[in-house]
Amino acid sequence: MSERLTVFKTYKLYVGGKFPRSESGRVYEVTDAKGRWLANAPLSSRKDARDAVVAARKAFGGWSGATAYNRGQVLYRIAEMLEGRREQFTREVADAEGLSKSKAAAVVDAAIDRWVWYAGWTDKIAQIVGGANPVAGPYLNLSTPEPTGVVAVVAPQESSFLGLVSVLAPVIATGNTAVVIASEKAPLPALSLGEVLATSDVPGGVVNILTGKAAEIAAPLAAHQDVNAIDLTGAGADLARDLEIAAADNLKRVLRPQPVDWSADPGTHRLTAFLETKTVWHPTGSLGASGSAY
Amino acid sequence: MTSPFEYAPAPESRSVVDIAPSYGLFIDGEFTEAADGKVFKTVSPSTEEVLSEVAQASSEDVDRAVKAARRAFEKWSALPGAERAKYLFRIARIIQERSRELAVLETLDNGKPIKETRDADLPLVAAHFFYYAGWADKLDHAGYGPNPAPLGVAGQVIPWNFPLLMLAWKIAPALATGNTVVLKPAETTPLSALFFADICRQAGLPKGVVNILPGYGDAGAALTAHPDVNKVAFTGSTAVGKAIARQVAGTDKKVTLELGGKGANIVFDDAPIDQAVEGIVTGIFFNQGQVCCAGSRLLVQESIQDELLDSLKRRLSTLRLGDPLDKNTDIGAINSAEQLARITALAETGEAEGAERWSPACELPTSGYWFAPTLFTNVTQAHTIARDEIFGPVLSVLSFRTPDEAVAKANNTQYGLSAGIWTEKGSRILAVANKLRAGVVWANTFNKFDPTSPFGGYKESGFGREGGRHGLEAYLDV
Repeated sequence: MSERLTVFKTYKLYVGGKFPRSESGRVYEVTDAKGRWLANAPLSSRKDARDAVVAARKAFGGWSGATAYNRGQVLYRIAEMLEGRREQFTREVADAEGLSKSKAAAVVDAAIDRWVWYAGWTDKIAQIVGGANPVAGPYLNLSTPEPTGVVAVVAPQESSFLGLVSVLAPVIATGNTAVVIASEKAPLPALSLGEVLATSDVPGGVVNILTGKAAEIAAPLAAHQDVNAIDLTGAGADLARDLEIAAADNLKRVLRPQPVDWSADPGTHRLTAFLETKTVWHPTGSLGASGSAY
Repeated sequence: MTSPFEYAPAPESRSVVDIAPSYGLFIDGEFTEAADGKVFKTVSPSTEEVLSEVAQASSEDVDRAVKAARRAFEKWSALPGAERAKYLFRIARIIQERSRELAVLETLDNGKPIKETRDADLPLVAAHFFYYAGWADKLDHAGYGPNPAPLGVAGQVIPWNFPLLMLAWKIAPALATGNTVVLKPAETTPLSALFFADICRQAGLPKGVVNILPGYGDAGAALTAHPDVNKVAFTGSTAVGKAIARQVAGTDKKVTLELGGKGANIVFDDAPIDQAVEGIVTGIFFNQGQVCCAGSRLLVQESIQDELLDSLKRRLSTLRLGDPLDKNTDIGAINSAEQLARITALAETGEAEGAERWSPACELPTSGYWFAPTLFTNVTQAHTIARDEIFGPVLSVLSFRTPDEAVAKANNTQYGLSAGIWTEKGSRILAVANKLRAGVVWANTFNKFDPTSPFGGYKESGFGREGGRHGLEAYLDV
């Protein structure tokens, strides 16, 4: 009896909760750190980027309108699902980044824990950055954070999984929806993450994952009039500058690339980078005092 | 026939302010001429009288000022916060002492009514310095981690609509956090910033901590482009804001932009009409509508549209337009001939596109720059006057039937700075406020400001917040 032939996986994009191939029909070869063929990944086009924005915008109302508690549970569910596929991701990260099995496992563990960290932030960030302001007058004045909208994310090139999770989780934790461009040379962990998200109660369109050439896909996203913000973490200096210039056209919020230690405490700045502050005033009236209530 | 409500003139005295025939740039604690010797005239928009001749900064002067601010930065940022606080408290107190003088000065140079400079601008200016003074030694507790560091030299460019208030919004948080400042006031309103330079001297502020460079857009562009500027803060048009965002791309400069708006003021059928009318008037005619957060689109529920418009027109007929120094004046002058031309052209576009124009009977003075309070009905969302910021006393009236429609129309704009809601129903206020994509929402009030209250926009109204704890972030390396 011959040895069983394994079933390969066709890696596909994750857009609008579905797994399409690139509309362009293009793929590119993905190899491991030693140059051995791993898979063909979709080489996304500008049209794929625009389709992803449409899906992200469509999902924004529901996701930003969900309760923070609900978003927290969904993010926690992602951690649960990942935990169950820990072996698979360890293998993919080891292949993608040329890590030993134990180092890759540590990276996957950290990524799972990062989802847990951000799951806990969803219903706390408003209390940290918002609150009542003591204005000098008879008014209730309340500042609350709100998600910016659709955020384009150029994920880190080197840290294909922990880095990816570290930039994606804070964007969606607060109610934004995301279009993520995965690491160009190590896109497979990102594409597999799409399969996890699809089974974690994350509504379709909240996260959209594209693979291909970062410069080719990021340019239309940076210039897109229905994208509200862009995280340039995975862009090199020249590309980042060009994207920031394009992003100025509708005044996207821009998070510039900076060196990051993905294993360090992430802090809150990736959460706050994609939040707006809304301040609402209302007269309090003045019972028992003279003068109008307004 | 004279109305029984005719007022006698009640002008505020000009004698409280002494405007010199000429002013220099304020660099490194000294008034100095521009390197190329250029000057420009600043006029009173209500009379076209030349108030003074002011040195006009060029890129060479910008460089000089940035160097002075850089030299001053090391010592200023190393001062204990409590000491920086005391300088700012001194400034706040001197502003309070000189507030009548500054109010008259601002009214002369800007054209806005003395009622506003006296009761709104100046109290808010002093309050803003007082508020941020208190932060200077409490930054460890502001939520940005321990010992948050300043950025360095802040290049700040401010508009002409609230000259001294915008200066306060920029300078107070910058200094409290340990930055030094180069500020360019608008070319049509340089005087109050130059008087502020004198206040810095009276307060004993170290040389170079605050530098004031009157000038035009070229000086502003040179300032925001200067390689040794660490922080750019701009309030003004969205077009210039976008140019700045492009200019700083790829640098380490931190940027905050407070830009244009097309605020929707939404009036539901259960709103108290008289109070809503007052709010609409405050929303669009405060400061002649030259306010980025103006409620320039009135969205009125269809069932009360006629009643509301009747009341509004009646109220507009009682507004008094004229001498800004007169204490009874409601509507002052437009800030410049250029701005008047822009408002005039947009209003003509409104008529040309088919909207119906109305103004109360209103006699305009023969000299100076004036525009009668104006409202347009039969406006659709496609009309230019419903989309473009007019920055003048022009209100576009649209109607809606359901709250969903009101929200959709309110959000149908590139801007997202302000909005208003008028209804007696609490849950509707909260639901609508929640859905509006705007940085400031006034419910059953409008155009209220406070130093503790964060201000700034969504979308193309800019990014970053000024005011409150939030306003510190713009000037800290966090």
